[in-house]
Order: sequence, then C-alpha cells, then structure tokens
Amino acid sequence: MSSTQVKRKKVRGVHEVSPIDVYRLLPGTNCGECGEANCMAYAARLVNGEYTLENCPPLNEENNKKLRISLGELTAPPVREISFGDARSSIKIGGKHVLFRHEFTYHNPVPIAIDVEDSLSGEEIVKRVNSIENFLYNYIGREMRLDAIAIRDTTGEPERFANAVRIAREHSDKPLILCTYNPKVMEKAISLIPDSRPLLYAATTENWKEMAEIALNFSSPLVVSSPGDMGKLLSLATTLEASGVPDLVLDPGTFLEEDIAITISNFTALRTSVFRDGSQNIGYPLLGTPITAWAGEDLSPEVSAWREAWAAPVLMSRYTDLLIMHSLEGWALLPALLWRFNLYTDPRKPVAVDAGIRPVGSPGKGSPVFITTNYALTFFTVESDVKSAEIDCYLLVVDTGGLSVESAVAGRYLNPSSIAEAINGFCLSDLVDHRKIIIPGLAARISGDTEEVTGWEVLVGPKDSSGIPLFLRNRWNNS
Amino acid sequence: MSEETRKEGIIPGLPVTLESRLLSLLKGTDKVILEGVELELGELELFLPLNLNGPQVLHQSVEKALPQKERHFPDSLVDMQFLPVQEKYPGRVREVLLGATAKNGGTRSHSVTIGGSTSTALSSLANPYSNPPLISLDVFDMHVPLPRALRANIEDVMDDPGEWAKRNVEKFGADLVTIHLMSTDPLISDTSPRSASETVECILSAVKVPVIVGGCGDPKKDALVFSEIAEMASGERLLFNSVTLEMAEARTLEPLIEKVKEHEHTVLGFTGLDLNRAKELNRRLYDSLSPDQIVMDLTTVALGYGLEYSFTIHERARLLALIGDTELQHPTISASTNAWSAREAWMKMDPLYGDTAIRGPLWETVNVCTLLLAGVDLFLMMHPAAISTVREIVNSYKQGISKVPAHIYDWTGMKT
Repeated sequence: MSSTQVKRKKVRGVHEVSPIDVYRLLPGTNCGECGEANCMAYAARLVNGEYTLENCPPLNEENNKKLRISLGELTAPPVREISFGDARSSIKIGGKHVLFRHEFTYHNPVPIAIDVEDSLSGEEIVKRVNSIENFLYNYIGREMRLDAIAIRDTTGEPERFANAVRIAREHSDKPLILCTYNPKVMEKAISLIPDSRPLLYAATTENWKEMAEIALNFSSPLVVSSPGDMGKLLSLATTLEASGVPDLVLDPGTFLEEDIAITISNFTALRTSVFRDGSQNIGYPLLGTPITAWAGEDLSPEVSAWREAWAAPVLMSRYTDLLIMHSLEGWALLPALLWRFNLYTDPRKPVAVDAGIRPVGSPGKGSPVFITTNYALTFFTVESDVKSAEIDCYLLVVDTGGLSVESAVAGRYLNPSSIAEAINGFCLSDLVDHRKIIIPGLAARISGDTEEVTGWEVLVGPKDSSGIPLFLRNRWNNS
Repeated sequence: MSEETRKEGIIPGLPVTLESRLLSLLKGTDKVILEGVELELGELELFLPLNLNGPQVLHQSVEKALPQKERHFPDSLVDMQFLPVQEKYPGRVREVLLGATAKNGGTRSHSVTIGGSTSTALSSLANPYSNPPLISLDVFDMHVPLPRALRANIEDVMDDPGEWAKRNVEKFGADLVTIHLMSTDPLISDTSPRSASETVECILSAVKVPVIVGGCGDPKKDALVFSEIAEMASGERLLFNSVTLEMAEARTLEPLIEKVKEHEHTVLGFTGLDLNRAKELNRRLYDSLSPDQIVMDLTTVALGYGLEYSFTIHERARLLALIGDTELQHPTISASTNAWSAREAWMKMDPLYGDTAIRGPLWETVNVCTLLLAGVDLFLMMHPAAISTVREIVNSYKQGISKVPAHIYDWTGMKT
C-alpha cells in the first residue's frame, strides 16, 4: 500500500454533533440576526439541520473566519458536497449526513441528467436540449424538472463532440456533464466553455493522468469510473486525491437485469463504509447510470425505458447522488421525479398544509362542504379538481397529522371527533345554512359515527376527487 | 493557465479593483516580506478575499494560477483494496411458516417460510436471503372495479374465485394466493361467515399453494368471518389479513386469536404507519399466540401519496428488529396493489406520460422495489409485468454470489 494514502478520522454527521460544541465556536453576539433569541438557540437548530452557517451573519464577517472554518469542519457532511455548473446555474450533489433517511434528512435531492449523443444533427440536438429544458410535471403545487445535460462522445471525433457541447450550451443554462474517455475529445470541448465547470466523465485506470490534468486546468469536478471493480475505484479516487484533484464523484457502475444485485450491493457497501468505517477515502457523491438499460443487447425502446424507470428510484433509495438517464418519456421519468421529491422530504415533518376552511370559487350559504385531510397532496388534488370543475364550495381541511385519507382513516387521525373538532373549531355553521358535509369515499366506514358525533348529515363522496363533479350532479343538486 | 494570462499577471476571477490595487502596490517589487504573520498551512487562501466572487470561482483562480510543473502526480495508480464493512447485528427476524402439508395437518402441496433476516435487505452479496421475499396474488370474492390494465389478464375468471386463484398460480407463478372477502363488508353485501368460508374452501381445493385470507376491515365482522374459517380450515396454517387494535377495542380480538391458536393458523397484524401501535398489537397477540404465528403489515401507501412514510417505517422497523427489539422481529408484508390507488397509475394523462397500461404496472413495480430494499418479506401484487420485474431483482440477489457483473455495457459511446 502506498504512503500517499491519507489517514482519516472517523466522520460523524452534523446530527451527532452536540449544540454545545457548535455554541463554543459561535461569535456569541446573541445579536438575533439569525432570527433566534440567542446563539444557543441557533446552535440547537443548526445541528437539527434547520439552519446552515449562512444563517449567522456575524460568522461570515472577516474577523470570524477562523470560527467559521472550524465550524465548517465540525458540521461537514461525511459524504462531501460537490457542485458543478456555473453562475448561470449550478447543482450541488452529495452532502449526505446520514445513511438512513429517518436518522436526519437527506440533503441535495438527486439531480437527473438526460443524455444527448454527439452523432445527432445540430437540429436534433437543439430539439432534444429543448425537450430537456422544457420538461415539467406539476405535483402538489410544485414543479418537477430535469436538471442537467450529459453530452456523450459516440464518434471519438473531438470536433463533433465539441460542437454538440457548444450547441447544448447555447440553448440551455443547465449544467453539463461531458462524457468521454478520450482526453483529447474532453480537452477540445471544455476549452470551448472554460468557465462552465461541467462535470467531467470520466477518469479510468487508462486515462486518469490526462483527465486529472484537464480537471485541474479547468477546475472542474471529475467522475472516477471503475464499473464493477471497487478496489480499482478506490485506487483511482486515492490517486486522484493525491494528485490534487479536489472534487471527485464515484461511478461504481450500474448493472441491471441479472446483475442488479451487484449494483445495489456495491452502492450500499460504498456508502455504508463512509458512515460505519470512515477510514477509506470514499466519502464522495455516487453516480448512477440507469441509461445503461439502453446499452448492450438490442431491446425494444419500451423495455429499455421500463428498466430505466424502475432502476432510477431503486438507485435513489440506495445512495445514488446523481443520475444519468436517457428516456424522455414522461411515464419513465415520473417515478424518479416523484420518488426524489418524497425521499428528500424531512421525515420528521409530513408534507402538510394548514387545517382550516378553504373557500373555492365564490361559495355561498348553500354551497357543498367537502371534508379532506391536511396531507399536501390530498389537499392540492381535491382543490385542483373542484377548481377545474368550477365548483363553488368549501373544503374543510382536517388536521390528520399530514396523512392521506386512506392512512388517516386507518391510523384513526381522520375520525368522527377530529371532524367534529374541525367543524366547531373553524365555525362551519357560520358559513353555510345547511347541515351537510361530504366525506371522502375512502372514509365511508366512519360515516355513521360521524353523523352521530357531529350532528351533521354525512354524505359519502367519491373515492377519488375526480368523481366530485358527477357526484354533485347526482347527489347534491338533486337533494 | 495560458501563456498570455501569465504574462499579464492577471489572476482570472479576482475582482479587477483589488487586483489592480495589489498590482500597483507591488510594482517594481520582486519580494514581499510578511512580518508578524502566523500562517498555518491551509490558511493561505485567507489572504485572498473570500465572499467577493464566491469560494468556487476563487478556488478556480488558484488552481489556474498554479504552474503545471508544480503538480505532483503519483507515477502509477495507488494500489488499494476495498474492504466492505461487514455489519453484524445481534437480532434476527423470526421465521413464520405459512401453509401446512398433509404431514402437518393441512392440504397444501408445500409450505413456505418468510422472515429470518439477519441483516438489512439486499445490503451485501455476502448476506444472502435467509428466505427470499415471496409474492401473493389477489383474488376477490365479488366483482370489484379494477383498472383496465389489471382487468385484462383476469377478466374471464373474475366471477369464479377458484379459477382466478388457479390463473394466479399456473399462469403468473404466485407463491401464495390472497382471497379478499370484500363482500362480507356490512356496507357492501354483508355476506355471511358461512358463505365466506365456502369461498375459502373453494380456493383451498382449486390451488395447493398456501393461502392468505383477507377480510373487509370491519373489526366485528372480520372476527366472525375469520373465526368461522379458522375452524373450517383447521390445521391449514392460513394467514389472516388482518387483525388490528380496533378489534381489541371492539373486544373481538381475543376470541379470534384463541380460534387461530386452537386451529394452528397465523395472523397479520395491521397498524397505520406507527411502530408503537405495531408493538402494542404484537404484545396483545403474544397473550395467546406464539411469536412465530405473527406477521406485520405496517401499511403501504402508493408512490406519490406517501410511499416514503412506508419506506422509512419499514427501514426503521427492520433496523430496530436487527438491533434487538423483539417486538418488531416479525416478517412484514406489503399490500403493494395499493400502488394502483395513485392517479398516475390509472388516470388518463397527456400522451407524453404514456398509457396506463404501462404507467399502472410501473407504479406497482416501484412500490414493490422500494419496499424490497426496506426489507419487506411478502408482497401482495397483481400485475404480471410488475411480478416478473420483481422476480428478476430477487433472483439476481439469490444468485448474486459472483461479485463480477456478467455484462459491462458502455453506455457512453452507444448509439441509440
């Protein structure tokens, strides 16, 4: 073993750091600029992941630089945070504090890069780049988008690759990943966009010196690739670290089909080692490439897209910090986009809206009242359905601890008394002169008891709120 | 760094004002002596103004300013070995045997075992499955509205639970069959326990795999129905889906689990995403049942509708079990067909999002895949495409002794 190996102390996540340790390193001004009463309160919320060092203005002053550096070290995530892209748009990856989601919160949601191959015509490249740029799915009032563009060298011609990179750059601000094993091809392309800080893919056992040179010359982060060979991956990472390349991303290889277990096992082993051992220098973000589904044997596009579609959420659940995909089919991207959003929410806080009465349209004294839960998705779904059907009504949002109707009924958060509490607490009887509420079809079981407890007549609505217009025609307007 | 910039002495990225001031101060000087300055290694960059262009750009400038000859690259690759951490846990998930053969007092052709994990799921090829996860396919005792993509495979047998069960086993390779006695729901048809019991009898004679019996969710009615069936199928080691704390409140739990004990079956304890309640329910069950008669359903929510809660609670439950929480050392099941309640699974969307014929099974697949990683031992499923994908993953892990992939494809240079 070489002497260049750097010895590391065992890392710990910020959630394992005591607020006292943080407090000792704070400026101690108790100035309240962070929004807290004093520095101790800030320290407590910092280790809880609610604040970053940026939230403390005095810490960022010149004379507190030493404190800031020490605090930065104390609270640094065991998996390093690395960014690529430039001022126009940049992406942070990694920065993980924990192995399991319930221990803290996963930071830096996995960006999804879509590939563009350099053999396409200029027109085709523009079209594909625009599709990536414009992809948008609305989910509980949030916009789900794609994040980066991975240009692939499929011809070995430096001119051709550089041209594809130039076109992509002209038509999109999204950060780029330049994919080639050929240093000449890489150098030509990056020289065109010297200040863009693209992610370079990839250094291998063959080309690492040349790639390291390019990464240093253009101060770009570099992917280290060693598909299936973890020893070589570690060798490469250690060598590049010793060469002074500061920002590395690891590609252990993504294999699907009969080899999917090897993929999951490798990603898990790499990440587990960071948190359980910490002595090996592998605390870098991990790259997953569901795009592999399109390589190799000839498959129908549906089969490849299908594999990609399930592999992406699986990789996200097993420690991948960045994904490269090929499919632009909405159905193949949806699971990844939704799962990413969900997986990176704070497990301690349900995605909830406030309980209360929400008027939709211009409801009057005779308008229907729909009971729903305060799980954000449930609420936004119901709201968007009644809005688009132009129904004037009230939504009575019951506090179910942020659970959906089905789970809230099962877990007894949506029950006759919580409904009664909402009716009385939010003074529903002041708004309408009838005494009827409509409960979700999935809560049919509690309709009888709810009538008894609330004294209001209970109508059982449809199981899915898309059925509300029909339900109103049949059950409300005729009653 | 290009020759040109070096000549001009401009450090790219530094703000012009500061840079020009520095340069004018240093004009004609070839040496600068710093006095009374303590410099620790690594603090060098503090000399340069942070926060002006952001640390990244600054960093870039420093790198660019380094003449290439000062870089020291190792001559060759540093030789390293990756030694994965072998996690050892003190706890172990119990094994639960489902279905009894003639030798053991039942009529099944074979029994199956779930549980037995000694490590987190799929974490290492060095820890193969004690018992690989299994798949049970659903049968309903009445006509239920199913999405088109599900109906297509079973439309002709939907009115005949026995034939439906056979289809599940013979065509789709179900390890178990679940008969959902939905019609017993007092709010639906209120079918009698006797009649429900006959339906289960019909399933038991149609297929020889172990059988799961699903109720309607009413704590009183389910207890009546399950008791009747427990007696009728004495010794079959059925799995009753499910028993709940609501049954305990309705005082129907105890008589039911006495029957389950007497006739040697197993139960699935259902709780809504709450480990404390799961433990409480198990404690009540221990009063009469042996722990190896208990399986847990911690609730499966569809992707996009809270799957992350299911994922995280299963991860937590499994870790706690492995660390030594005996009240959670039970195998778990996931009703992954709940995936179909997500709109993305069944609703018509913009053509960009494809047909429900592919979105639906994909939703079921992703639900199962994520919970497979969280350690679930038995999945209730419906769609053949989802089933074959899940089998592919489980088989890969079962056979994954080799640490070298069979194929390494170059996705970088491929032409699509």
